Amino acid sequence: MAGITGKDATLTAYADALAAAPKGRSLTQDALRRLSRNKAALVSIFVLAALVLFALAGPYFLPWTYDKIDWSAIRKPPDWVKGHYFGTDQNGRDMLARTLQGTQMSLLVATVATVVSVVIGIIYGAIAGYFGGKIDAVMMRFVDIMYALPYILFVIILVVIFGRSPVLLFVGIGCLEWLTMARIVRGQTLSIKQREFVEAARAGGAGPFAIIFRHVVPNLTGPVVIYATLTVPEIILTESFLSYLGLGVQEPQTSLGTLISFGAPVAEALPWMLFTPAAFLVVMLVCLSYIGDGLRDALDPKDR
Amino acid sequence: MLGYALRRVLTAIPIVLLTITVCFFILRLAPGGPFDGERALPPDQLRNIRAYYHLDEPLVMQFFRYVAGVAQGNFGPSMVMKDFTVARLIGIGLPFTLMLGFTAFIVGTVAGLVAGAIAAVNQNRWPDYLLVFVVLIPIIIPNFLMANVVQLVFGVYLHWLPVGGYTPGAWLNLVLPVLILAMPHGARVARLTRGSMIEVLGTNYIRTARSKGLGARLILARHAIKPALIPVVSYLGPGLSYLLTGSLVVEQVFALPGIGKYFITAALNRDYGVVLGTTILYVFIILALNLIVDVVYAWLDPKVRFR
Amino acid sequence: MKITQVLKAVATAGALALFMASAAQAVTLNLGNGSEPGSIDPHKASGDWENRIVGELFEGLAAEDIHAQPIPGQAESWTISDDGLVYTFKIRADAKWSDGQPVVAQNWVDAFQRLFDPKTAADYAYLQYPIKNSAKIGSGEITDFSQLGVKAIDDKTLEITLESPTPYFIGALTHYTAYPIRKDIIEKFGDQWTQPENIVGNGPYKLVEWVPGSYLRGVKSDTYYGKDSLKIDEIKWDNTEDLTAALNRYRAGELDILTDFPADQYKFLQDNYPGQAHVAPFLGIYYYVLNQEKPPLDNVNIRKALSISVLRDVIGPDVLGTGELPAYGWVPPGTGNYEGEQYLPDWSKEPYDQRVEEAKKLMADAGYTPDKPLKLQLRYNTNENHQRIAVAIADMWKQIGVEVELFNAETAVHYDALRAGDFNVGRAGWLLDYDDASNTLDLLKSGVKQGDTMNWGNNYGRFSDPKYDALLDQASKELDLVKRAALLHEAEKLAMDQFAAIPIYWYVSKNVVSPKITGFEDNAKDINRVRWMSKSE
Repeated sequence: MAGITGKDATLTAYADALAAAPKGRSLTQDALRRLSRNKAALVSIFVLAALVLFALAGPYFLPWTYDKIDWSAIRKPPDWVKGHYFGTDQNGRDMLARTLQGTQMSLLVATVATVVSVVIGIIYGAIAGYFGGKIDAVMMRFVDIMYALPYILFVIILVVIFGRSPVLLFVGIGCLEWLTMARIVRGQTLSIKQREFVEAARAGGAGPFAIIFRHVVPNLTGPVVIYATLTVPEIILTESFLSYLGLGVQEPQTSLGTLISFGAPVAEALPWMLFTPAAFLVVMLVCLSYIGDGLRDALDPKDR
Repeated sequence: MLGYALRRVLTAIPIVLLTITVCFFILRLAPGGPFDGERALPPDQLRNIRAYYHLDEPLVMQFFRYVAGVAQGNFGPSMVMKDFTVARLIGIGLPFTLMLGFTAFIVGTVAGLVAGAIAAVNQNRWPDYLLVFVVLIPIIIPNFLMANVVQLVFGVYLHWLPVGGYTPGAWLNLVLPVLILAMPHGARVARLTRGSMIEVLGTNYIRTARSKGLGARLILARHAIKPALIPVVSYLGPGLSYLLTGSLVVEQVFALPGIGKYFITAALNRDYGVVLGTTILYVFIILALNLIVDVVYAWLDPKVRFR
Repeated sequence: MKITQVLKAVATAGALALFMASAAQAVTLNLGNGSEPGSIDPHKASGDWENRIVGELFEGLAAEDIHAQPIPGQAESWTISDDGLVYTFKIRADAKWSDGQPVVAQNWVDAFQRLFDPKTAADYAYLQYPIKNSAKIGSGEITDFSQLGVKAIDDKTLEITLESPTPYFIGALTHYTAYPIRKDIIEKFGDQWTQPENIVGNGPYKLVEWVPGSYLRGVKSDTYYGKDSLKIDEIKWDNTEDLTAALNRYRAGELDILTDFPADQYKFLQDNYPGQAHVAPFLGIYYYVLNQEKPPLDNVNIRKALSISVLRDVIGPDVLGTGELPAYGWVPPGTGNYEGEQYLPDWSKEPYDQRVEEAKKLMADAGYTPDKPLKLQLRYNTNENHQRIAVAIADMWKQIGVEVELFNAETAVHYDALRAGDFNVGRAGWLLDYDDASNTLDLLKSGVKQGDTMNWGNNYGRFSDPKYDALLDQASKELDLVKRAALLHEAEKLAMDQFAAIPIYWYVSKNVVSPKITGFEDNAKDINRVRWMSKSE
């Protein structure tokens, strides 16, 4: 959680840079042009897209589904004749099919948690920043307090209360993840609300929420995109830690974290159980990191 | 500045109180209790045990009993580690956790700074590409997997290092745990250092210094390091608190006597007293680290003033 | 507990550790002990990992031999009255506590009074409920402790009176709930009396160090009567919560014995460390509880269909990989006081396909087919092995028209739900507390009304049959062991023919023992006392 990937520090530094930067040009066009010059990021985007596509479409082309038990192949190494291209687990289920399902699940939970935290962060931060004064002070004090709370404990308690419904769980994690986003949005709102176009909108009779959603939120593309590329791996790792504790998703569904936590102890005895999910996780997270780096460089207004 | 620090310490009190309250009640919302074990206790027995730990009182009464106890320095008994009070558990485990955490912190930070600086100075040349890739590894590979791998490689196959366990003075036993803890931390420090160093090296005053003919090493030492450290320092606080509290995997895998695991195992076992005790400790550690980070920040960045 | 006290305790432990380290080349046994012990107070301990420690620090009237059978311990001999109710123990003259004081009969009087005292809140007090008036003291009905059936005749003679004849009572006395304690020490140190600087025991080893999360260390006690025959000078009970890491430590030579290992590694161990992995029958049963209080599992035909469609032969050898034997009855083979043939239903001998057909028919009669399946929730506590078994059995049930929703939760939540009756099918297991068939059969006894609630004990499925209860009741009064066994067999058949639960496999004990260790004999209780072991370098 806080600190697992160092996301907060990176984002805060970026937000500071953003606040200090001159406004006016279309950041997005600029950024896209610069991103397209970053080879590592470009390659990563293609690899990641291919991986996601494979995870979504692959199961339709495999001879086995993720929950089908092959009683004649329990904990067997790769077998091309039977169609277990990456071996089977201790229940005789196909590792490749399970890995693809696990990838889907990991992506799903990561997306859900990220979306939830972005939405909460934007609303909270925008309200604090727009109304300012005492409301702002109280709201941001609350964020400070939340920063000091032991996240992982709350996550575990959430798991216990929600049971193992993965979506609910990660809505819960999203509810704990929004703090950094709220801070950035507040900072942006504070600077934007003094601009002429906001003055104009206000004079034209626009309400506070109209101003926030029409003028503040569109200016947040950069931070949100970076936030997402940093949050997705963080959630995937959090999920794998929960799996290590035995708090992963409910069988027969699975996730990359769950598969790896089962594969790690048998790395020597049944290496194929670790290899497939670990390869997917590593490729996915390496790509996301390179994309995140690329985006940060591309969107950083200082680095012209 | 002393007044500032004092004010910060005072504001910690409501935060701690709030944390205790939230934790206390959320914990009781969770289904199951500390005595729901594998075997059903006869109702008489269960009633006796619940009375022994005052769990039969109304929740609010229990809460005030707990807060009153904490105010007097009594953190109560552990309901799972029945032979220990929470204070004794922390008293035994905390020194070890601090030692392990700080060692990993220093090792990781130094290695990270050096690696980050080397990468930045060689931007877009092979040492940079190599380092950028290498530091990704510990960030993306879950530590429980990494721990198993280093145990097998260095302990079982090569016989270079002890695999697990620790007795006072057996520092060789700490090499692998420190490595596992320090690697992800160091990797993050390296990434941050590289990023901010590249930025600083591209600023006007460095260009000026360079055009005056100053040597590269002197520029680095005199002008680049201090400003480049600012984003790194802001990460060190959360980073250290994570090292001190997130050591569950390392402690469990290497059978070490720290308290990092209690944050999690106590919650899973519903060991109420230990959860609350360690949470209070955690909040104090975070607040203290935040304060230290702010002070260091002010020293590094003259723009920051104490409010 | 004040901070200074804590510091002092830590300092003492540290000093002792240094002292131990400087002692001459002692033979140390490094025992991978499993979980962290929560308590080594004989009245509060509750797990086998605690038993392995408590059983070396203390010794009861009877002790376990190398095969875990009861032998004279602190009592050199005993006599039993003809009606089987009064036991008179003669305590060894040379039995001493680790502080040099003699062990006296009063130590057991104090111990049993403390065990049953409601204020002690001892988890396992009920194991000694055969003792006269003990249950009533435990429930608070009797407050005069002198009515307890444990009396000191003189310093070295102890008399224990039972409620009814109990053939396994001597065996129960080897359990840690029957160990003596030092009342003066407990009164002096309160709940800190088990800390290494305070504890006084009467067993072969004494505790010198306890580092939570890491290890405990015990050294040979100078006051133990059999100290000269001890081959191991020092025991280090290592925390091996993480089984994979523990195996790594064993392979690197850091541990001599592992008291558990990951089932997946069994084949690997056999191939690479031949003869070191021990898998042996263990008195315990792994089973699924069926909630018979509410539909649909109140229907015996559906219970039957579920039970006969479980192919038990693949669970142990294939799914788990350690070869656990299939279970069809309720009493583990080899359990004591259980003369007679093992229960084996006729359907278990039929080919599996035929069983599946029969199950399909039973389900169809009840109105369920694969197209219109019966939906059941299967709960298990979080554990890789439980999960695999649940996945496998869910698949076996799919073909007969049962759609299973798997639901796993941590131990506390799982058993909370089982106790509340909030489940359809639930995983459970039972390891025998003492070597007697009644120990598992009692699991299916009807609930007892206590106040305004029903106490169902460990009968989570709430199977209830007055005939079954009557048979067990009759058996508990029967003095003749053969007749008693016949009654118990009848009860087992009665319950199993009604599919009161689904037995799946008999437990096995899993140890890894280094070739350096001798004196480790696999036994059905999986109790291996260090006093019988030796280690060669």
